[in-house]
Amino acid sequence: MSSNDPQGYKKTLNSPYTGLKGWIDSRLPLVRMMEAEYLKFPVPKSLNYFWSFGGIAMFCLIGLILTGIFLGFHYKPSADEAFDSVERIMRDVNYGWLIRYLHANLVSFFFIATFIHIFRALYFGSYKAPRELVYLFGLTMFVLMMGTAFLGYTLPWGQMSYWGATVITNLFSAIPFVGDAILTLLLGDFNVGDSTINRFYVLHWLLAFSIVGLVVFHVITLHMTGSNNPTGSEPQSWDETVSFHPYVTIKDLNATIFFFIILAFVLFYYPNILGHSDNYIRANPMVTPAHIVPEWYFLPFYAILRAIPDKLGGVLAMFGSIAALGLLPWLDTSKVRSCLFRPVWRICVLLFAINFFVLMYMGGKPAEGIYVLISRIGTVYWFLFIFVLAPLVGFLETPRQPLSITNYLKAKKA
Amino acid sequence: MSDQKTPRRDFIKLATMTLGGVGAASLAIPFITSMNPGKDTLALASTEIDLSPLKEGQSLTIIWRGKPVFVKHRTPQEITDAKNTNLKDLIDMEDDADRVQNDKWLIVLGVCTHLGCVPLGQKTSDTKGDYGGWFCPCHGSHYDTSGRIRKGPAPKNLPVPPYVFLNESRIKIG
Ligand code: HEM
Ligand code: FES
Repeated sequence: MSSNDPQGYKKTLNSPYTGLKGWIDSRLPLVRMMEAEYLKFPVPKSLNYFWSFGGIAMFCLIGLILTGIFLGFHYKPSADEAFDSVERIMRDVNYGWLIRYLHANLVSFFFIATFIHIFRALYFGSYKAPRELVYLFGLTMFVLMMGTAFLGYTLPWGQMSYWGATVITNLFSAIPFVGDAILTLLLGDFNVGDSTINRFYVLHWLLAFSIVGLVVFHVITLHMTGSNNPTGSEPQSWDETVSFHPYVTIKDLNATIFFFIILAFVLFYYPNILGHSDNYIRANPMVTPAHIVPEWYFLPFYAILRAIPDKLGGVLAMFGSIAALGLLPWLDTSKVRSCLFRPVWRICVLLFAINFFVLMYMGGKPAEGIYVLISRIGTVYWFLFIFVLAPLVGFLETPRQPLSITNYLKAKKA
Repeated sequence: MSDQKTPRRDFIKLATMTLGGVGAASLAIPFITSMNPGKDTLALASTEIDLSPLKEGQSLTIIWRGKPVFVKHRTPQEITDAKNTNLKDLIDMEDDADRVQNDKWLIVLGVCTHLGCVPLGQKTSDTKGDYGGWFCPCHGSHYDTSGRIRKGPAPKNLPVPPYVFLNESRIKIG
């Protein structure tokens, strides 16, 4: 105990390592932290492949950032140059086509992974105490992802870029009294134009990197409680856990490789299948394409927007549909987490997932007749699920007694 | 520490925080204002148009402040349709007389008041909607021959930009 360390507390900061590793670790405790959080970290034994999608999403994010940086070396964010610079990336820049197709398709696969990841949280009750903050950071990232993707989609400055940006930014004009002033402030002009693309490019970067920052919080909060698992029961002993490495790392790597093989197939054989051909037409502020559809991952929310016949009401319902999901940890009154032991709620959650796809389909159809009617039913179910079914089913349903992790694994083997 | 000192310290804390808050807010003003259209953008604000080549029934789309403006030479039929509309049937009640300076010429912004698409109806081959004016394909808004919203999600009539007739066949917008 040295004289300038009277309580001896600094001793606990000393690194357990020696040599260069120890020298660094006692000055920057990264080695210790990585070891505790990523190598030895205990994880429930019973995880299934649904638990791989967080890792997959992270790989997608890393891929987007890398491809984004390389695109940025050639891309020009101005109304006059953007379209041509993207065409140049596609035709003249070495491997530019690969980098751009990767960026564009990684976005879609990022959303696929995230949707599965969110479904996992709903189905196995991961949003329930004590993981509310993990869930809320996740939802926040989802919102930022949508923002980033929307901003990014304007950058190629094709017809869909331009009119998508126009329609979506015009949602702000629904705000009473100050709507138009806010819209002009956001665009830096009276319509989507040169100032808009310039700032959207900056914000596209900014939001993308703030997602990375939130991943850190997502993981810190997760590591405070540890992972949930299919049973929803917490591990009762070390026997019910395995260490993160090598068990989870190998499994996640396996899932990631499989996922990226599918991505590679789309990338090399159908690189434009998830996009819209009108975006290969240069933006024309004087002509709106006959059918404006957002990217596929926005369609469920677009359907909710159009289901409401009122401009402001539609906008509120669309943003509200995501915000309301954030209340689920407090609205779900059940003591049992996992749908494996909740016969009624399980059906509600599965219906919610089906409803999501129904809304997605409706969002891509013209807003008329039967499509609007079904969108309305879907929108009602979305809110009913959160505000009525979650509290009510938790209250009325008799869940089965959740199995412990050990017994669950035994039952699965049998 | 005596009991009396605490409220005084609280007051100092509060005063400092308030001052800091006001300072931060006033510092934010120039940054937020910088996001609004610059002087160059505002300077592009007026455009002159020659109306003489436009025959009855024809329309022209011109650009003003980066937005399309519809200039329409209305036929007598279109004028009567616009005049004879019962105001009670309108979503956004406005008399045709308040929307034109000269019955023959309708000048409106070609921007749908729903979410900003450009409605169809300028070309003779375009669909003009149920009320013979314009039809917005984005979410199905129908406008009449006075550019008034008649059906669909748009809440307002196509706005009339500020313009003056310089002479019989020349106008200045803005
Ligand atoms: C959360 C991560 C991200 C998402 C969801 C995302 C989304 C998108 C989307 C949807 C596009 C339009 C694709 C197209 O059809 O061309 C795009 C374009 C672009 N993004 Fe990103 N992006 C992300 C991260 C980044 C980052 C980190 C950078 C730069 C450091 C970047 C730079 C660019 C550039 C330069 C373009 C325009 C070129 C093009 O159109 O392909 N992106 N982004
Ligand atoms: S933008 Fe015209 S109907 Fe929606």
